Amino acid sequence: MAGLLLRGVKKSYGTVKVLHGIDLDIKSGEFIVFVGPSGCGKSTLLRLIAGLEDITGGTLQIDGQVVNQLAPSKRGIAMVFQSYALYPHMTVYDNMAFGLKLAKGTPQSDIDRRVREAADILQITPYLDRLPKQLSGGQRQRVAIGRAIVRDPKVFLFDEPLSNLDAALRVATRIEINKLHERMAGVTMIYVTHDQVEAMTLADRIVVLNAGRVEQVGAPMELYNFPANLFVARFLGSPSMNTIPCAIVAGGAEASVQPDGCAKISVSAVIPTTAAGKRGTFGVRPEDLILADGQDAIFTGTIDIVEQLGEVTLIYVDVGTAEPIVAKVDSDVEVAKGQKIALTAEKRHLHVFDENGVAYPRG
Amino acid sequence: MLWHLVKRTAFYLLVVFIVVISVFPFYYAILTSFKSGTALFEINYWPTSFSLQNYTQVLTTGSFPRNLANSLLIATVVVAISLLLAVTASFALSRVRFRGRSTLLLMILAVSMFPQIAVLAGLFELIRFFGIFNTPFALIFAYMIFTLPFTVWILTTFMRDLPIEIEEAAIVDGASPWVIVTKVFMPLMWPALVTTGLLAFIAAWNEFLFALTFTSSNATRTVPVAIALLSGATQYEIPWGNIMAASVIVTVPLVVLVLIFQRKIISGLTAGGVKG
Repeated sequence: MAGLLLRGVKKSYGTVKVLHGIDLDIKSGEFIVFVGPSGCGKSTLLRLIAGLEDITGGTLQIDGQVVNQLAPSKRGIAMVFQSYALYPHMTVYDNMAFGLKLAKGTPQSDIDRRVREAADILQITPYLDRLPKQLSGGQRQRVAIGRAIVRDPKVFLFDEPLSNLDAALRVATRIEINKLHERMAGVTMIYVTHDQVEAMTLADRIVVLNAGRVEQVGAPMELYNFPANLFVARFLGSPSMNTIPCAIVAGGAEASVQPDGCAKISVSAVIPTTAAGKRGTFGVRPEDLILADGQDAIFTGTIDIVEQLGEVTLIYVDVGTAEPIVAKVDSDVEVAKGQKIALTAEKRHLHVFDENGVAYPRG
Repeated sequence: MLWHLVKRTAFYLLVVFIVVISVFPFYYAILTSFKSGTALFEINYWPTSFSLQNYTQVLTTGSFPRNLANSLLIATVVVAISLLLAVTASFALSRVRFRGRSTLLLMILAVSMFPQIAVLAGLFELIRFFGIFNTPFALIFAYMIFTLPFTVWILTTFMRDLPIEIEEAAIVDGASPWVIVTKVFMPLMWPALVTTGLLAFIAAWNEFLFALTFTSSNATRTVPVAIALLSGATQYEIPWGNIMAASVIVTVPLVVLVLIFQRKIISGLTAGGVKG
C-alpha cells in the first residue's frame, strides 16, 4: 500500500550534523531494519519518518505524498517505543482505543471491534481491563504493539522494541513480530535495532547506518556474504570478521595479498591489476576458518584463549598480528590454551578491501 | 542491650518533645476556646470546663460567617486559577524549547523573593487603577503573586520528569498539546496538583497583610483579618475566647482538606507506563 521514498534527508541539531543526506527507497509491505552502532542516527531517522523531529533538509514521501510538514498522526504511521510508552492511568483497552477516540468520526462500535481484534491477535484479551503496572514487560510491549495495530497504519515503526525484554522473551516477541508482518501483508514495517540477530532474522532488507550515512542496503544474507565495505563486514557477524592490514601483491586472475606478519595468500576477489603494490585490508570470518594441517595454512600461531559456548568454541590465536585471530570451530574440536595451531579457509570465503575500505567483489 | 534501650528511650523522648512543641499552641487554642468568663485567665493544661458559648457568639454576632465565606471563595478561586495557569505554563516551560526558557523560569522564581511589604504600595496603586479595591478580586489578583511562582516551579519540575515517550506516543496518536496536558499529563500529575493546590490554598487562606490592606469593610474581609480585628464590648477588653474559637474554626477546614487529600498524595502513579 505505502512505499517510502527518502531523498537527501538531512538532520542537524544546531551545528551538529546527525544525518548527512539519506537516500532510500522502501517498497510497500517491506520489512526494513535500520541497524548500526549507537549514535549512528538510526533512531533519529525513524523519528524523522514518524514526524517526531523536523527534517532539516531533503524530502520524505509516504505513498507518493511529501510529508515533511505533516503532523505524525496524519502520516498514516504507528510507532512502538522502546520503553512501551503506555498511558499509565488508562486500562489496556483505553490505551489501545485512545488514538481512535481522539480521531473522532470513528463510531464506538468500530473502535470496540478494532481494539478486540488487535487484542485477539496479540492474545491480550484477558488483560483489557488491567492497568499497565499490573502487566509484565512482555505483556506491556504487546499492548504497545496492539495500540499501533489498532491505528491500522500504512507504516509500522519500531524503535528497539525488544531491548527492554529478557533474552527468552526477546526471542518469543521477535517471532511474534515476524508473524505479525506476515499477517499484515502490505503494511510497511521499519524497525530500529542495534541487535544484528534481530536484523538478520526479521528484515527483508537491512539498512546499515554509520555516523549518519547509509553504509549498505540489502537482504540480510547479501550483506553477510558480500559486505560492500569494511564497516559492514565488521558490523555483521559475531564475533566480527578478522581484519588485517595487507599489501596487495597482485591483481587479475592470480590475485594475491600478503597480510602484515603473515605469508602470501591467493584470493578469488576481483582485484584490478593496477591495484598491485597498494595497501588494503584482508578479512576472513571466524566461522569460515577451519583447522589446517600446516601445509596450506593461512595463519599459524599459539592459542591465547579458548571460549566454549556450548554449540561452538571460540579460539583466539596469536599469529603475530596486532589483534589475535578469532576462529569459530565445532565444540567437539579439542584445543587447549598454548597449543600450536594452523588455520585456513576456503578461497571463496576470503575478503579483500582496498585502502579506503571498499570491498573488491568476490569471485 | 542497655545501650539499645537508652537509644530507644532517647529517640522517643525526642519525638514527644517535637510533638509537644508543635502541637501545644494549637492545643492551648482549643482549650481556651471552650472556656468562658474568667476561666479564660486561669492557666490550665487540662480541660476543666466545657462551653460552646464562644463558638455561638463568634458565629452569630458580627460578620464572621461572611468572612469565612469570603476566605473560602477567594482561596478556592486562587487555587483554581493558579493550577490552570501553572499547568499550562509548566507544559511550555518543561516541554517546549524556546529562547530564554531558563531566564523566564528564574524570573518567575525571582518574583517570589520580594517581601510582601515591598510590593504593597505598587500593588495598591494597581488595584486602585483596576477599580477592584475592597472586592474579592483584589485579593485573588494579589495572591496570585505568591501562589503562581511556586505552583509553576513545582509543576514544571514534576512535568519534566514525566517520560517524554508517553508524550510522543500521544502525539503519534494524534493528541493536541491541550489533549496531552488534560488527558495524559494531568491524570499522572495528581499528586503534584494536590500538593501544590493545597499549599496555594493554605497560603491564600492564611494571608494577612494583603487582606488587611486591600479591603476596608467588614463584609469583604477574610478570616485572618477579621480575627485580628475582633473586638470586645469595650476598647480595653480583648475577647480571647472568641478569637480562639474563630481560630479553631479557621484551622479545621485546612486539617480536613489535608486529611482528604493525603490519600491522593500517593507516589508511583506513573508506574507501568514505561519500562521498569
